[in-house]
This record gives sequence, structure tokens and C-alpha cells, in this order.
Amino acid sequence: MSKKTLIPIGPYHPLQEEPELFKLYCDGEIVKDIKWETGYNHRGIEKLSESKTYEQVFFLVERICGICSTSHPFAFANAVEEIVGKEITDRAKYIRSIIGELERLHSHLLWVGLAGHFLGYNTVFMWAWKYREPILDIFEMITGNRNSYAMFKVGGVRRDIEGTKIPAIQKVLDDFKKKADLLTGAVMDDPVIHARTRGVGILTKQDVIDYAAVGPTARASGLAIDIRKDDPYAAYPLVNWKVITAQAGDVFAKAEVRLLEMYESISIIEQCLEGLKKEKEGDISVKVTEIPEGTGNGRAEAPRGEVFHFVVSDGSSSPARHKIRAPSYVNIATFRKSCIGQTIADATISLAAVDPCYCCTERMAVAYDVHSGKKLMNAEELINLSVKRTNDIRDND
Amino acid sequence: MAVSLFYFFVFPGLLFAATIGAFLSWFDRKITARVQFRKGPPLLQPFYDFFKLLLVKETILPRHGSPLLFLLAPIFAVIGATLASVFILLPLFSINTGFKGDLLVIFYLLTIPSFSYIIGALASGNPLAAVGGSREMKLILGYEMTFILVIAGIIMKCEQHFDLNTIIQTQQEGTPFIGSISGVLLFIVAIFCIQAKLALVPFDMPEAETEITEGIFIEYSGAAYAMIKLAKYIMLFILPALIVAMLMSGFNLHGINILWAILKVLGVVLALTLIRNTNPRVKIKQAISFFMIWMNLIAVIALVLIAFGL
Repeated sequence: MSKKTLIPIGPYHPLQEEPELFKLYCDGEIVKDIKWETGYNHRGIEKLSESKTYEQVFFLVERICGICSTSHPFAFANAVEEIVGKEITDRAKYIRSIIGELERLHSHLLWVGLAGHFLGYNTVFMWAWKYREPILDIFEMITGNRNSYAMFKVGGVRRDIEGTKIPAIQKVLDDFKKKADLLTGAVMDDPVIHARTRGVGILTKQDVIDYAAVGPTARASGLAIDIRKDDPYAAYPLVNWKVITAQAGDVFAKAEVRLLEMYESISIIEQCLEGLKKEKEGDISVKVTEIPEGTGNGRAEAPRGEVFHFVVSDGSSSPARHKIRAPSYVNIATFRKSCIGQTIADATISLAAVDPCYCCTERMAVAYDVHSGKKLMNAEELINLSVKRTNDIRDND
Repeated sequence: MAVSLFYFFVFPGLLFAATIGAFLSWFDRKITARVQFRKGPPLLQPFYDFFKLLLVKETILPRHGSPLLFLLAPIFAVIGATLASVFILLPLFSINTGFKGDLLVIFYLLTIPSFSYIIGALASGNPLAAVGGSREMKLILGYEMTFILVIAGIIMKCEQHFDLNTIIQTQQEGTPFIGSISGVLLFIVAIFCIQAKLALVPFDMPEAETEITEGIFIEYSGAAYAMIKLAKYIMLFILPALIVAMLMSGFNLHGINILWAILKVLGVVLALTLIRNTNPRVKIKQAISFFMIWMNLIAVIALVLIAFGL
């Protein structure tokens, strides 16, 4: 009876939008063990970054993730500005925070929709994504793009939010509040959603500390960590807001934290818009002529948790070393706590509840032989393989 | 013989039931789309889906499994659904009065598609299909008891007559059964039962797309999957039709009453669609306790009420 069935979630599976492989070892419907393989999405961004100038790296790191596309430039800007040692203007701080919070708003909405879809509740999926559209319209209005906004640069931002645009943004936010109330009510008061998500995939506070989880995953277990408060950057110290936490640590608590964070985000954006009115228009960046030698740590609170960028500068125009750690990298590890012992139905929603983002996470994959434990390929062999393949292609032409 | 074959293949069997079912499937999808702020598919989309699968797509057989059972299962499903449709629709259209006790035969025939899906799933040798098959089995255990209680209630209401024709006649001469407290309770229970029989949300765990990627149907493709679609279309018509026959006085096919008959079926399908669009999928355990405890309780209350003539 101890024979376990392998239920694969991936490499391509409707549960996840990105390629990854979760192996659920099940006894009947109960998940007994879980293993995962990532690495399908590795693009070598850290190495690529070393061959780009600082200005170009912003565009590169923006493309690490499509949903939290501002959090990476945010953290990178923080890192580089730590090396430079210059304070940016308040107007640039406000604009950065507005972009960051709008992104959190649309990312959380996206998650709520997807969570509904994973539960078979496609109406919530469609409604949440419809309500997300006006937020993307604001992005288009102020940055020109719905995603990948290209707003950041060393020393400030690229585009200003003119005073004439503020009433239009405010109007969208006012409309959105009503829709957010509707959606929050639909999710929080639905007895069937309660039945499906309460007590499912519980992470205790100790689990969260042990696995060093970040973002809403940690906050849903009662751990109030938020880079915006713990290591204040941009305009977050200038405005009033509070860190949302929940105590239960289950899927419902994670949904609750995300839904309530949307209201905090709206409040931050409104205060930043007020702040913008006091600042002089056009005063959006300080001139940075060179990046001195040194190292910089940059942290930013992405919708999914802490994004960390570490930059080593040798005084040249491009980073000598650029290290990125995305929030999903640590959050994915909590699956061992949240999924084992659950049924398949519960495990799948627990997997989705941390809002994993694999393209953010994947840095490097090494394949080991199962039996001997040896690396299957080292760097030299990989290079030789690559050269051989390239030659094969050339020969065939 | 020729008449029987006509009943089976053309009217009111395979061709007719499947065509109406396909239109109901379009209705369901269109309503779903409107609820979700989408545009929805064109009227003929179910037919495009079916003929694309049947004629264009290739059927891929799973390497590890039993190909014969795997391919026969969808055909069993279609045969079961078609037979049930003949027995349900003949009395409904007042063509043939059926025979004494046909309601029980219908009850058994309606389980054939579900069992065929399980057989096909287990024959495919896919672990996800096995999970789906076991879920479908548990689901059947959950709702069949409740469904037989509903049928028992109808039989009690109709003074122990077991045939659909008498049940329809009784309602058309008197009032529809739904016009009483016990009738309303039976209607609610029956709606949830056919929701589970059709494997629609919240009871779609045998094919839960985001958990086990269509579960029982994961290995099906091409013509074999077209057969499953066909069986599903037929079931989408005959189950609401059965409710209309049992509780809503069947069809009256004189003049303007045809419109009324169509509205009854559409009304039941609309109820199913709205339930499936306002609920998330429940877990199999929750589904079983939902039927075993709550739905059975309501059904028993209805039976008691019927005994007191309410």
C-alpha cells in the first residue's frame, strides 16, 4: 500500500502560467511528498547585465518579470544609488512610489483572478481582470506602456506625472474603489470559498521564519515584514500607511492580505498624488555622471515580497557583478510545509497561493545524476556541447 | 423494428437530442460569457467543436493502457445517453406511452455515461485520469442516493405510478408537482443532482482543469473525444428535460405552448449555468457530505411532506 502515484504539475500545466515541474507523490488523493524542478525559464540575465551599461540594465531587469516589472528596476535603482550616494528629488520619489503601488494593485488583482480560476470560479477570474484594465490604462497614460514602463533611471525617473493628469488618475482610483469593494465582498463573504480556502495550506509563523518567506506569504502568517517599512525607500516614509497582516496563515489569509493591501496601495497613491502637487514640475532627476567603485544593496517590496539586487561596480559603465534574488525563490520552498498531507485539490491552491513567479526566480540550474550524485555536466562540457551544436547547424547549411 | 431504429437514431434519440443539446451547450456558454463580461461563441460553435474533433483531429491512443476499452467507453456513453433520451423524450412528446416502471430504467440508463467515463479513464493508464476516475466514483456514490430519493418523491406524489407518462398526465390534468412545498424542495435537490451528473462547477472535480487537467478525459482526443462531447450534449438536454417531465408537467405541444415548453428547458439550464458561474469547485469530500447530509435531509423532509399531502 506504500506505493505512491506521481502526479505531475508541469512542465506545462493549466495551474501555472509558466513552465515548472512539481512532482506530487500521492497516496490516493493525499500528497505524501513534493519535489520541484525549475530551470525551464533560465535566461542568464545576471551575466547579460554585466555586458550592458547601467542605463541599459534598467530595461533588461524590467523584463525579468512581466507582472512585477517595476520592482526589479526599483531595487536596481536603490542599489546603484547606494553606490553613487546621491539623494533623489522628492518628486521622483513620489513618482516611483506611485508606479510601484499601481503595480502592486494590478498584480494583486491578477492573483485574485487567477486564484478564482484555480478554484474553478471563472467569474471571479474574468471580473478581477476586467477591473484590472483601468489600472493598466493609468499606466498607459503616464508611462506610455501597459507593462514594462521604462520609468526608472539612475538618479530619478524618466517621465513626469504632470498636474493635468492627476484628476484623471484620481477618477479611475475612485471608480476602482467601488469595484474593489464588490470584489472583496464577493471573495470574503462567499461560504463556498471559505470552505475551499480556510485551514488549507497553513504556514505557521515559525514555518515562515524557518523558510525565510517574504511578502504576503509571510504577512498572512502574522509576520509583519515589509521592506517599505523595514528599510524605507522612495516616498514610503513620507506617507501614512500600515502593514496588513493576518494570523491564520492559510490560503484565505493570503487572499485577505492581498485584498486589503489593495486599499493601502490606493491610499499611498492618493497621498503621493497630493505630494506631487506640492513639488515643482519637471524636477524629476538628479544628474549622475559616473558610478564610482563600490558595492550596493538594493531592496524593494515587490507585490510578491522582497526583491534584492546586489551590484558591484568597478567604476566602469557597466556592473562588474549583478546578483538578483526574487521573492518566489524563497516562497517556493514553503511548499514542503503547506502541501504535504493535503489532498491534491488543496495542494494545487496552496501552490498558487504564494503567487509564484518562476521567471523571476530562475537564475541557474544544475542537473545531478540521481544515483551517483555527480553533476551531469560542468561548464566546460556545456560550452563544448554548444560549440558542437553550432557547428552542426553550420554544417547542415 | 424500423420504428425503433428511427426512435434511437433520429427522433427523439441520437440526432435530435444531440442537436438540441448542442444548442443548449451554446446557450450555457453564451450566458456564462455574458456573466463574465465576454462576448461568447457564435450559435454554431458546439457543432464546429464536435466536427473538428470528429473529422479533423487525430485520435491518439495511450501507450500504456487498454486501447479497446479506452475506445469503447465513449461509445457506451453515447449509447447509454441515447437510450435514456429515447425513454425520457418519447413520453414527453406523447409519442409512445412507454412501459410501466420506465422511470427506474431511466435512472439506471442515466448512470451509464458516468460509468463509461470511469472505465475509459482507468483504461487510459494515466495517473491523472485515475485520480479523476476515483473522484467520479465517489461523486456517483454521493449523488445517486439523493437522486433516487427525488424519484421516490415523484412516485409518491403520483400515487405509486412508476411510469413517466402517467406522471406527466397527472400533472397536466392537475397542477405541476413543483407547485407545492415538497415539489419546490425536490426541484432544488434535483437541480443539484443533475449539476453533479453533468459534472459542472461546483461538482466538476472529476475533470478539474487546474488540478488534474481534465482528469478523466485527459487522454482522449479526436473522434473518441467527439463521442464524449456528443454524450455530454445529449445529457445536457435530457437531464433538464427529465426535471421538466417529473416536476414541471412536461411539454404541451399545442400552439403557443411549444414556446412555454422551450422556456421550461431553458429555465432549468439557466439555473444550472448560474450555479456554475457563482461558485468555486468544492472538494470531493465536501461534495459527498453536501449530498449525503444536506441534500438527503432536504429530500427526506420533502418525502415526509408528501406523506402529509403538502
